[in-house]
Amino acid sequence: MAEGLRAEQVRLPAPQGLILDPVLVVQAVVSGLLFGGVYSLMAIGLTLIFGVMRVVNFAHGDLMVWAMYLAWLGATRFGVDPYVGFVGAAAILFVAGFAIQRQLVDRIVDAPHEMQILLMLGVALVLENTALVAFGPEPQRVRTPLTQAALWLGPVFVDVGRLVTFAVAIALTLALSLFLYRSDIGRQMRAVADNGYGAQVIGTDVRRISALAFAVGAACVGAAGALVAPLLPFQPPTGLQLSVTSFNIVIIGGMGSLLGAFMGGLLVSVAESLGAVFLNPSMKELVSFALLVVILLVRPAGLFGRRAI
Amino acid sequence: MALLRLDDVEVAYGDMVAVRGVSMTVGTGELVAIIGSNGAGKTTTLRAISGLLRPRRGRIEFDGARIDGLTSSDVVGRGIAHVPEGRQLFPTMSVLENLELGARTPAARAARDGTLKSVFDLFPRLGERRRQLAGSLSGGEQQMCAIGRALMALPRLLMLDEPSLGLAPVMVGAIFDNLARVNRDGTTVLLVEQNVLRALRLCHRAYVLENGTIALEGPRDRLLADEGIKRAYLGR
Ligand SMILES: Nc1ncnc2c1ncn2[C@@H]1O[C@H](COP(=O)(O)OP(=O)(O)O)[C@@H](O)[C@H]1O
Ligand SMILES: [Mg+2]
Repeated sequence: MAEGLRAEQVRLPAPQGLILDPVLVVQAVVSGLLFGGVYSLMAIGLTLIFGVMRVVNFAHGDLMVWAMYLAWLGATRFGVDPYVGFVGAAAILFVAGFAIQRQLVDRIVDAPHEMQILLMLGVALVLENTALVAFGPEPQRVRTPLTQAALWLGPVFVDVGRLVTFAVAIALTLALSLFLYRSDIGRQMRAVADNGYGAQVIGTDVRRISALAFAVGAACVGAAGALVAPLLPFQPPTGLQLSVTSFNIVIIGGMGSLLGAFMGGLLVSVAESLGAVFLNPSMKELVSFALLVVILLVRPAGLFGRRAI
Repeated sequence: MALLRLDDVEVAYGDMVAVRGVSMTVGTGELVAIIGSNGAGKTTTLRAISGLLRPRRGRIEFDGARIDGLTSSDVVGRGIAHVPEGRQLFPTMSVLENLELGARTPAARAARDGTLKSVFDLFPRLGERRRQLAGSLSGGEQQMCAIGRALMALPRLLMLDEPSLGLAPVMVGAIFDNLARVNRDGTTVLLVEQNVLRALRLCHRAYVLENGTIALEGPRDRLLADEGIKRAYLGR
């Protein structure tokens, strides 16, 4: 794992020998919760794509890293703050997602799973390696004045960058649910996810709806990437790690469940944050996998899943 | 002129021919039934008309224009709605959402609220349960919801695949009464059924499908009196 990724989960150093300082627990929970908004957004994008197409997007994290580089380009070349630039990153990823679905994924929607996995892993490899060629292997991060600012709520410290990231991620999640539950296209996406054959029978253009769903899913992870770029140092291989975290969240929340992806994102982020403080920053993945195992033992379909897949 | 015309249609799944050389017509305003036992090719025929399967041979015309080879969304756009075998509702969406989703074409969307009222008029039970998830409805209510969803498309031809399957006789009676009413109100109906007696009583004309070909066809009274049909399908 990249060295830079361990930083920033919580800025206060864990005092040695201290087991459960309540302030530290609250601090870790707040910090993790605020960071979790982007995890939720990222996982919602993945679950939307899976729900509509039944295709696992193994390139999800790599799309996110590309959005981080777009935010970085915007900030360094054009002086656009990532908290504004996320709109552009989401728009570019929307178009890219639409194109990837139309040109590639559409050909394998009905193919056996192993063929789908091969293609999506290929897309992931291409995205990661073009990022490597374009931007080099060094970790990058995007600087914005907001990440320097902090608020103190009593003894608890709130990073303003995280707060803004969280607020925007939640606003986008709400906008997405409005879209899915109130707009005609959004309802068609839910219908295809619910019963693809039924949707086809009533005359839904399933190919068009699928391409739009992939585009919206990519836009979600694009916004998430740009929003998290000031908080999380990144390099091309970060994509794989983010993909794994996304799968983890989606499985914890229940495959295809939007509410599950949302709650799962917050939960995994808080668990990682607590793990980083009380165990070791490098153990945060271990903590989220432990959470996955426990939840699958208790609820095999995930927190909000309707059936085990 | 016939609203729907099938001419020497052959449909196969891979090498397995399921429908061979089927020719039939449905006139404007008619209620036509396709009857036959399990595996005869009834569902396959409807799916070919809907654009869900592509015929290997022959042609399908609707309102004088060729429709075989069109996508299912284009076929719905021409005015054919399909109530599929097994209903195929959206179980985690509300009854209202299921119905509204049926209004796919611009014309159907423009008329949506009015059509919704007439669907609730036809099936008051759906109006009472509009906020409920479709997956929580009883079998009969689900069938009403599937028919309502198809009517929301404002079809000129309504096709139904075994709407009586798995329903209590009282419910089958209610649904068939409603089909008669829809047909009287001007919608042409093509009904696929294994419930031969009920289908024959309801329809104007019927085709008997056996092993993928039409074994017999004719007006309702002639088929009801047919000795072969009595023996094979009516158990008398
Ligand atoms: N998806 C399919 N793949 C292969 N064969 C099929 C498929 N669907 C139906 N068949 C076969 O086609 C024939 C006609 O089936 P179908 O049209 O469903 O009959 P019916 O609706 O009259 O019961 C049957 O022999 C059936 O086994
Ligand atoms: Mg059938």
